[in-house]
Amino acid sequence: MIEGAKWRRWVFFYIPLGAFILTLLFPFYWMMVTAVRPDNELYRPWSAPNYAPFWTTHPTLDHIRYLLQETLFNTWMLNTLLISIAATLISLACGLLAGYALSRLKFRFAGLLGTAIFITYLVPQTLLFIPLADIVRNFRLGDTPWALILTYPTFLIPFCTWLLMGYFKAIPRELEECARIDGAARWQAMLYIIFPIAVPGILSAGIFAFTLSWNEFIYALVFLSSPAEKTVSVGVTSELIRGDVFYWGSLMAGALLGSIPVAFVYSFFVEYYVAGLTGAVKG
Amino acid sequence: MARVVVRNLNKMFDGVHAVKNVNLEINDKEFVVLVGPSGCGKTTTLRMVAGLESITSGEILIGDKVVNELPPMDRDIAMVFQNYALYPHMNVYDNMAFGLKMRRFGRAEINARVQAAAEILGIQAQLQRKPRQLSGGQRQRVALGRAIVRHPKVFLFDEPLSNLDAKLRVQMRVEIKKIHDRLGTTAIYVTHDQVEAMTLGDRVVVMRDGVVQQVGEPLELYNAPANRFVAGFIGSPAMNFATVKIVADADGPPWAHSEGIRIKLPAEFADRLRRYVGEEVTLGIRPEDLRVASSSDPTDLAFDALVEVVEKLGSEILLDVRVGPSTMAAAVEPTVQAKVRDQLRLALNPDRLYFFDGVSQAAI
Amino acid sequence: MAVSDLATTSDTYAGSARRWPITRLLEDERWLAFVLLLPTMVVLGLFIAYPFVKGVLLSVTDAKVGVPGSFVGMQNFVLLLNDSIFRVAVWNTVVYTAVTTVFKLALGLWLALLLNRHFKGKALTRAFILLPFIIPTVLSTFAWKWMFDPTFSVINWTLFRFGLIGSRINWLGDPNLALISVIIVNIWRGVPFYAISLLAGLQTINPELHDAAAIDGARPWQRFWYVTWPLLLPVTMVVVLFSVIQTFADFQLVYVLTGGGPANATQLFATYAYQIGVGTGLLSQGAAISLAMFPVLFVVVIAQLLYIRRVETL
Repeated sequence: MIEGAKWRRWVFFYIPLGAFILTLLFPFYWMMVTAVRPDNELYRPWSAPNYAPFWTTHPTLDHIRYLLQETLFNTWMLNTLLISIAATLISLACGLLAGYALSRLKFRFAGLLGTAIFITYLVPQTLLFIPLADIVRNFRLGDTPWALILTYPTFLIPFCTWLLMGYFKAIPRELEECARIDGAARWQAMLYIIFPIAVPGILSAGIFAFTLSWNEFIYALVFLSSPAEKTVSVGVTSELIRGDVFYWGSLMAGALLGSIPVAFVYSFFVEYYVAGLTGAVKG
Repeated sequence: MARVVVRNLNKMFDGVHAVKNVNLEINDKEFVVLVGPSGCGKTTTLRMVAGLESITSGEILIGDKVVNELPPMDRDIAMVFQNYALYPHMNVYDNMAFGLKMRRFGRAEINARVQAAAEILGIQAQLQRKPRQLSGGQRQRVALGRAIVRHPKVFLFDEPLSNLDAKLRVQMRVEIKKIHDRLGTTAIYVTHDQVEAMTLGDRVVVMRDGVVQQVGEPLELYNAPANRFVAGFIGSPAMNFATVKIVADADGPPWAHSEGIRIKLPAEFADRLRRYVGEEVTLGIRPEDLRVASSSDPTDLAFDALVEVVEKLGSEILLDVRVGPSTMAAAVEPTVQAKVRDQLRLALNPDRLYFFDGVSQAAI
Repeated sequence: MAVSDLATTSDTYAGSARRWPITRLLEDERWLAFVLLLPTMVVLGLFIAYPFVKGVLLSVTDAKVGVPGSFVGMQNFVLLLNDSIFRVAVWNTVVYTAVTTVFKLALGLWLALLLNRHFKGKALTRAFILLPFIIPTVLSTFAWKWMFDPTFSVINWTLFRFGLIGSRINWLGDPNLALISVIIVNIWRGVPFYAISLLAGLQTINPELHDAAAIDGARPWQRFWYVTWPLLLPVTMVVVLFSVIQTFADFQLVYVLTGGGPANATQLFATYAYQIGVGTGLLSQGAAISLAMFPVLFVVVIAQLLYIRRVETL
C-alpha cells in the first residue's frame, strides 16, 4: 500500500487504477448493452435528446435470436472450436517433442535449430498469406478446416516449444538419469517422467495456443470462402454486413457470444495463461 | 559375479582431460569409496560406470562383461543421487516400483520386493505419500529403497549424504553400512568427505585432477600415504607440512632444518633420507602426533611454538601455533593449560613422521 | 521375504530385457533428437520456409490470379517505390508502430507499477485486465467501430455532454483522425499484454534493492530510474520485440475499422498487400508488398536481439 495521507492514495493509486480498468473494460460493457438493446433505441443518433447510452429499459433477445437462428453462427462456432482444438493438440504434441529435444539432448545442430524455430516465430502471417494461399490450394486444402488446422501450428509450435523448453530446463537432469538407470529407455524417461512433471507448462501452452488460434484472422479470411466453413471472426465480419448496412445488434451479439468460449476457458485457467505469457517473455 | 573392472579409463570434455588413465579393480561384495576434492574426476568416473557419460577411451567391465556400449538401462546397476532424484509426481511405492515396471516384472513380484525393501529401511508407513511430504532423511531412504528393490549387480552412490544436516548424515552413514553388510552387493561410493570415505569404505581410492593417487584400506591411507596430497587429504585436522632442509656434517646423523625447526632424524629415516642431504623435502606431522614436551622428551625431537588460537573441543584441545614463519595445528590432551601468546615446546612422536620428496611429493 | 537371499544376477531379468530394435536406435541422442524434431521441421518447412521462398519467387514475376507469370526481375519493387499509396502505407505503418509502442510501453508500465502493490481483489483485477488481449481482436474491434460510429458514437455523446465538442467527430471517416483512432484501439488492446509481462518482470526484482536505495536516500522517482528500470530492461526488450513485430504486420484492426481508408489514411503494409493481392488479384505485386516488410522487420529483430544479449550479460 502507498503510505501517507489518504488523498495521496486516491490520487496516485485508486483513481489511475480505476481509470485503467474503466477504459479497458468499457467496450465489453458496450458490447453487452448493444447486444440486448432494441433497434429503435439502437439507431438513435447521439445528438438526439433521449440518447441514453449506458443502459436500456427494454432489453431484447431479438438480436441473439437472429444470430443463432437466421445465420450460420452456430456452424461458425463449431468450426472455430474444432479448428482451435485440433491445431492446439497438434502444436502441443510437436512442441513437447521439439522442446524436449532442444532442452535435454546434446546434438550438433541444437543451437542452430533452436534459433531457427525462434526466428520462424517472428515471421508474421501477413508476410506469408499470399504464397501460402497458393500452396493451400495446391494441396487441395482450400476451403476446408484442414487449411487452418495445418497452418496454425506454424505460429503455435514455436511458442509452445519455447515455453515448454523453459519448463523442461527447470526439471533436474538427475530425474531422467535415475529413470534410465532404473531401466527406462530415453524415450520412456521422457514420456513417463519428464512430461508428467511438466503438466503445468503443458496446460499453460495449451491455453495460450487455444486463444491464439481463436484469435487468428487473415489465414481464415483468405483460405476459406464458403459461408459454412468460416470461423467466427470471419463469419461475423463478412456475413453480418449487407453492403454498407451493419446489423449492429446482431454484430455485437455475435462479438459477445464469439468471445465467450475463450473467456470461459481463460477464466478457469488464468494462472496458467499468465504463466504462459510471462514464461514466454522471460525466456 | 559382480566385479567391476576399470581399465585405462580416459574422459575428455571439450579439451579438458577430466579422467586420466584410471585403473581400478573392485571385487565382488566390496564397498569402494572414491574420494577427492571437487573436479578430481571421481563423479565423472562413476557416471561412466553408470553409462551416463560416454567413454573417451578405455574399458569398463561389470561382472566380466564389457559394458562400454551398453545404455544404463541394460547395465543392471542402481544409483543413489545427491539430490535423491525422487519422481515428484509419484508416491513412494510407485517410485520404488518404477524400475521393476520398466523391466516388466509382475505385480505380485513388485509388491513383494517393495514391501521387503520398505521393511529394511523402515518406511512402510510412507509408501502412499508423495516425496514432497517427506523429510530429507526419509527421502534418502526412499532413494535407497528404490535401488535395493532392483537387486542390481552394483550400487552406485553419488555423494548421497551431502544434502543432509550433520546429525542425520552420521545416522545415515551407519544405516548405509548396515545395509551393505546385510545385502552384500558390490558398491561404489563417491564423496568429497574423507570421514565418510574412512568410515564406509572397505577400500578407498583417492583421486586428484583425474589421476588416482592411492588405493588402499582406510588405515593404510592414514598410516602410509603414498604422497603429500593423500597425507594432507586424509585425517582431520589435516596434517601439518613444513619445508625442511636435510643437513648432515660429514658422517654425522642427518637433521631436518628449517626456520624454527631443528630435528634429528630417527634412525629409520636417517637411511632413507641420506641421499637427500643438502636438498629440501617436505616434513609432515599429524596434529594428533604432537604433544606438549615434558622434561623427559629428547630435545632434538621437539621445537618451539607460539600459541595463536586455542580451541577447546572437550575431548581434545586444538592449538594453532606459530613455528618459525609458518603455522601448525596440534591436537593435545584436554588437560593442557595453554593460553594465547604462550610459548610452548612441542614434542614429536618419532614413529609418526612423514617425509615427501620436494619435487615429486611422493612419500619417501 | 528375506532380502538376505539376494542372488544378484539372474532374477533381475526375471521380468524382461527384450527391447524393440528401434528402442536401441533411439538411445542415441542424435537419432532421438532427429525423430523428435521431425514433425516440427516438416510443419515449419512446409508452411513457413516453402511459402517464404515461394513468396520471393512470386514477387519477381508478374503472376496474377489464374495467370502464372513470367520472370520480371525487380519490376514489382520498382513499381512499388513509385507508387504513392505504397509510400503512404510505409509511412503509416512506421508511425502506427512507433506511436503505439511508445504509449503501450508507458501506459503498460504505469499499470504494472500500480498492480505491483497489494490490494483487495488484486487477482480478480489482474484477470479482468487481460480481457482486451484475450478476446478475439476482430470482435472487440467491432465494438470500437460501433463506439466510433459518426452518428451513434457513445464517445461523441460523452464529449458532447462534457461540453468538449459542439459538432460530431468523424473518428473513422475523417482522414486526419482515422489513423489516430486506429492507434487508440491498438493501444487499448496492447496495454494489458505489456502490463502483465512487465508486472511479471517487476516481481522478479528483489524488494531489498528498493529498500537499500531508499535507505541510501533515493526518492521514489530516482528509485525507479536507477533500480527498477535497468533491472526491467531485459523483459521490456523482449516484450517490445514481440509487440513491434505484431504491430508492424498488423491487419485485423485496420481491416475491420477502416479497410485502409479513408483515402489510404490508415493503409498499412498488410492491408495494402491484401487489397492488391487478394482484392485485385495482382498476386505478384501483393507478394512484393508483403515481402517489403521483411527487411525492416529483420533489422528491428537483429537490433533488439543484440541489445537483449548485451543487457543480459551485464
